Amino acid sequence: MSAPATEPASTAPDAAPPEPRYVPLRTAVRALLRKELALELRAPQAVPAMALFSVTTLVVFHFALQRGVVDGDLASGVLWVTLLFAAMLGISRLFVADHEEGGLDGFLLAPTDRTALLVAKAVGLFAFLVALEVVAVPAFALLLLGPSPSFGAYAQLAVLLLLADAGIALVGTLVGAIAVQTRTRDLIVPLMALPLLIPVVIAAARGTSPLVLQGGSQGLEVRWLFVLGLYDLVFGLLAYALFDYLIED
Amino acid sequence: MLYGTRLRALSIATLVTMTAALALAFFYAPMDADQGFMQKIFYIHVPMGIVALCGFVWGGINAIQHLRTRDAKYDLRSYVAIHLSLILGAGVLVTGSIWAKASWGHWWVWDEPTLVSFLIVFLLYATYQPMRFSIEDREKQARYASVFAITAGAFVPLNFIAVRLAQAYTHPRVFATADGGLPAKMQLPFYLSLLGMTLLYITLWRYEMASKNTSAKLRALRRKLAGDDAVAPVGRTAAPSLPTT
Repeated sequence: MSAPATEPASTAPDAAPPEPRYVPLRTAVRALLRKELALELRAPQAVPAMALFSVTTLVVFHFALQRGVVDGDLASGVLWVTLLFAAMLGISRLFVADHEEGGLDGFLLAPTDRTALLVAKAVGLFAFLVALEVVAVPAFALLLLGPSPSFGAYAQLAVLLLLADAGIALVGTLVGAIAVQTRTRDLIVPLMALPLLIPVVIAAARGTSPLVLQGGSQGLEVRWLFVLGLYDLVFGLLAYALFDYLIED
Repeated sequence: MLYGTRLRALSIATLVTMTAALALAFFYAPMDADQGFMQKIFYIHVPMGIVALCGFVWGGINAIQHLRTRDAKYDLRSYVAIHLSLILGAGVLVTGSIWAKASWGHWWVWDEPTLVSFLIVFLLYATYQPMRFSIEDREKQARYASVFAITAGAFVPLNFIAVRLAQAYTHPRVFATADGGLPAKMQLPFYLSLLGMTLLYITLWRYEMASKNTSAKLRALRRKLAGDDAVAPVGRTAAPSLPTT
């Protein structure tokens, strides 16, 4: 009677503790991304701030440049400076909630790959940037842009924007994760991210200026798409290789 | 590793090579047909730029080693490499600016891709020390600095490609021009100067490593002799600290 009862008890210490169920990357990314978007939808913080900032910056440009309308390389420059500076706001907020509310510690306890957080944060930031551009580009066209580009030109601009957003999202995730650990977070983000993003600005601004010329837009040069693609690839690989080291302990 | 050994020999070799390179540059190399005497700054400016960039990349390589081994000594190597490259980088920007004024009449020329790329790289690395300084936890500081050093090291070539694509080719591209590049009589002083600058970098790097290591050892000895309380704790600093055990 007692022998069979003690049998399982004696083997229990030898048996390994139940394996923590490993959460596949895709599931983890989906959960984290849902959290990211739910937070922003319930208490909108980053996107409205970025959108409002971009419109304000356009107004500032109107007065600083003393122009009612812009076109060509000036228009391209105004658009990209506005988008880039607005993106800085999103980057410096990216990890703040997780850092302050213990989300990072919770994530580290979960049996999953840390890359999941990188992917979720980068995709989340990418979505925020797209949302920003949905507001900022029409506002720019309405407030400052002189020529009215064709639908085709806007489509080409959208391709440029998406490729540039991918680069900004990857660099932003890396820089945001570094900056959130420093005492001077909001100072470090623009200082570090702006030089890193100069290749993006070069390619995006050069690519955009023929699209917004006064006498009808010329085609987009494909080589700028290649530069942006190369940039996204290099920083994608770098972020993948280095992100694990940024969220230890 | 003992960084303090053979420092005297290294210093003398640096001094001799630099002196010989400058002597050759001034008295042996022919006067440039277009730019005249001002072209002599080339023998300082270009080797300095090459060595500074290599130093940045080398800092990145040491940072990779640091992340792989978690050994604080690689962090110190990476820190000293980047720190010295920043000093050389300031020199590159100043000499480049002087050269631009002499040959194009402006202190700063935007359509000169190499100098512009260098400025961007310099501005990026200028955030290295503030970033280190604002992370208090020593282990975290080292880890984050390494991640930054690797990212920035990989950024250097990418940035050069992007800036070069964006601008006209006005920089004197001494090695890639169709008419054969640098004349033979200019090559010897140039390569000697490059060697001298490399030696200078290595010498300074070893001096600083030796100094930092010695201070750490001294602290450890003091702590052993007089007890932990007798040695004041290290204040907040951007410099990496070696384990004082």
